[in-house]
Amino acid sequence: MSFINYSSREINCKIVYYGPGLCGKTTNLQFIYRKTNPEQKGKLISLATETERTLFFDFLPLALGDIRGFKVRFHLYTVPGQVFYAASRKLILKGVDGVIFVADSQIERMEANIESLEDLRINLAEQGYAVEKLPYAVQYNKRDLPNVAPVEEMNKLLNVNGVQWFEGVATTGIGVFETLKGVAKQVLLELKKHY
Amino acid sequence: MAGSDLVMHDNEFQKIDEELQRLHQQANASVVFLVDKNGQLIASAGDTHNIDTTSLASLTAGNIAATGGIARLLGEKEFTILFHEGEKDNIHISLIGQRVILVVIFDQRSSLGLVRLRVKKTAEALAKIFDEIASKAEKEKVEGGKTAESPFAEISDEDIDNLFK
Ligand SMILES: Nc1nc2c(ncn2[C@@H]2O[C@H](COP(=O)(O)OP(=O)(O)O)[C@@H](O)[C@H]2O)c(=O)[nH]1
Ligand SMILES: [Mg+2]
Repeated sequence: MSFINYSSREINCKIVYYGPGLCGKTTNLQFIYRKTNPEQKGKLISLATETERTLFFDFLPLALGDIRGFKVRFHLYTVPGQVFYAASRKLILKGVDGVIFVADSQIERMEANIESLEDLRINLAEQGYAVEKLPYAVQYNKRDLPNVAPVEEMNKLLNVNGVQWFEGVATTGIGVFETLKGVAKQVLLELKKHY
Repeated sequence: MAGSDLVMHDNEFQKIDEELQRLHQQANASVVFLVDKNGQLIASAGDTHNIDTTSLASLTAGNIAATGGIARLLGEKEFTILFHEGEKDNIHISLIGQRVILVVIFDQRSSLGLVRLRVKKTAEALAKIFDEIASKAEKEKVEGGKTAESPFAEISDEDIDNLFK
């Protein structure tokens, strides 16, 4: 759900990073945080356990610049990946404008990817959304590791609709901004259709 | 997604601002702010310079969402009021019309009783304003009209690329 304020001339949009536990969602946000100018970002808030696993969400507000005199803000959220945080994931998806599905490229994590994607579909459907209708992209992360599945294979399993996808190494930032930009663009073009 | 987007124009924003200013004054509050249920700050009143309002807005919405989840587990509809008491500052959070969250931060110069009383009045006024916004949006949707000053009308790929330079 975007918030367009003609009075303060601001557009606010919400983008959620979804995916199985440890696939690199928080790492995506951390990289974006490190590489953004101080005046363009707020605090990176992580509601995490003592072992740094995301407990509720990570949150990073980004003000990247202006479009036609309107300040464009993206609020980035990650969800906790572990299965038992299902209730929290649902809450974070509320009012989402765009989703980035981060998949772990390691072969042994393919089951977890599929399960998480199914979970995303169900949670979106509960709110009357469909992945097919939402600004959405997939990031195949951890491409630097030796035991990764070929991208063609991952597309077959996780991207049957052939949406925009990116290869990523979130720890070094490969593909991180490209993925965000891909979905941000879809979000803004979606708004253009309606307003 | 579109359809549930919140679109606010000058006159509505001013009405909301007036309500918040009044509440801030009459409740003797330190800061008052209004947050969308999804965590976006809508407006504020009082001295917000030392407060990270963006983070506060997001966490407040998370807080309401989490307690809402707990409420449903217990078979309650929703907890509409949350109150946290600190050593110096207290925070009163209330959900208005299922859509926006009103947050009042106050210290010993005010009291929970006073805040409650004033919040109730403001909540009614705000609920009315948001009803108006919703019915206006509904009307615009039916008419299919786009706002003349829309920043999106001529948005180009280049505009978007420039955001990521
Ligand atoms: N080798 C490698 N490790 C990564 C990559 N992205 C994330 N990691 C590591 O994977 C672990 C989990 O990442 P995290 O972002 O916390 O996962 P989350 O549960 O999805 O938030 C951390 O130790 C990261 O450093 C990557 O692209 N390559
Ligand atoms: Mg995480």
